[in-house]
Amino acid sequence: MASPAPVMASNEGMIDAVNSALGASVVAIVDAVGEISVTVEREALAEALLKLRDTPGLEYQQLMEIAGVDYPERPERFEVCYHLLSLTRNHRIRVKVTTDEETPVPSVTDIWPVAGWLEREVFDLYGVLFAGNPDLRRILTDYGFRGHPFRKDFPLTGYVEMRYSEEHKRVIYEPVKLAQDFRTFDFMSPWEGAEYILPGDEKAQGEAPGAPTPLKADEIKGGNAPPKGEEAAATPKTTEDTDDTGAGEKANKKAAEKSDEPDVPGGDKDG
Amino acid sequence: MGVDLTSPPPPGTLPDPDFLRDINSEVSDKGFLVTSTEELFQWARTGSLWWMTFGLACCAVEMIQVNMPRYDMERFGAAPRASPRQSDVMIVAGTLCNKMAPALRRVYDQMSEPRYVISMGSCANGGGYYHYSYSVVRGCDRIVPVDIYVPGCPPTAEALLYGVMQLQRKIRRAGTIER
Repeated sequence: MASPAPVMASNEGMIDAVNSALGASVVAIVDAVGEISVTVEREALAEALLKLRDTPGLEYQQLMEIAGVDYPERPERFEVCYHLLSLTRNHRIRVKVTTDEETPVPSVTDIWPVAGWLEREVFDLYGVLFAGNPDLRRILTDYGFRGHPFRKDFPLTGYVEMRYSEEHKRVIYEPVKLAQDFRTFDFMSPWEGAEYILPGDEKAQGEAPGAPTPLKADEIKGGNAPPKGEEAAATPKTTEDTDDTGAGEKANKKAAEKSDEPDVPGGDKDG
Repeated sequence: MGVDLTSPPPPGTLPDPDFLRDINSEVSDKGFLVTSTEELFQWARTGSLWWMTFGLACCAVEMIQVNMPRYDMERFGAAPRASPRQSDVMIVAGTLCNKMAPALRRVYDQMSEPRYVISMGSCANGGGYYHYSYSVVRGCDRIVPVDIYVPGCPPTAEALLYGVMQLQRKIRRAGTIER
């Protein structure tokens, strides 16, 4: 069912527009599952984001989110993704840079003050450094936490666990002792079919936006993609005469109807 | 501990008439009743379980629900308090994270004796869904002593109400002046 709510603006021509605005700093640009992702040079990041904000026809005014990604097999293992939204054009774009444990990414707190906490989050969970962030502390994990929990080489259970010590009269950390190890289940039975996809692998084949699903993007109706064909009939926002409102003749006829049900106290039909 | 279901009273059973007659005659004859201070204190404690709200996650919604008119926990004298110094029981409702644990212990330490703790929901009971997480305490009984565990994810309002009634039962059974 098509919705009368505004849909996202089309991606058509956006790649060329972004390419011409950013010039040589673009490393790669792709349009996958209805979303545009630009990878830019790390040093040119702040400049590129400024151009995306200020160039007429692009106008990405808002920074929605900064996300970190860890690819341990790459030489520059971390990716930092900036998700921008244009309110005037109703369009989103993703800007990526790569980095490693030591190389800092230029901070964008001068462009969007909200980036301060978002960069702190990426620093806390991945250990990516941001040059120019005035307050690069941990934001989510406990005071005195060691390590960066979203790195792939960080164990799920961590290294320490907490309990209250009567001896010290305060909570203390101790090395983790588990009564039962964490068990990973895969729910595919190898003898019920030759096709054996590991959970998570289906994402590599171009996933639809939204919640994870084994369906491909083009197998899902609707989605976030702009609708093809006819637009939905818009609900009229104005009432020109009484026919549009249900008042007048229709209401008079309804009011004249007699109810043949006796009045029963407490017998409310709506309840 | 648990509810004794071996001999449920048949429906429509009235309270023991001899007991009521005894009390009535004692009051009308002497003008006062005699009981032990211990029983009096237990009666008072079970009837005014003011609880410290410690809503940490989605369980808090059910904790709010049990105070709303449908379940109305104030029937049992259990009223929500915002200060630990006025509370008798703390309901730990939700996931207890490492960063929150010192605050939970401090709130518990500020409550006056006798104090009780109800652990509500899987996460507070033993970590639950987040048992293997690096940032979650595996059960709030690692931080504070727990009297009643209410299972569920989240427990229904009835379950929490039942837990409060079980706590009253426990106080009646084990309550002393010195706890």
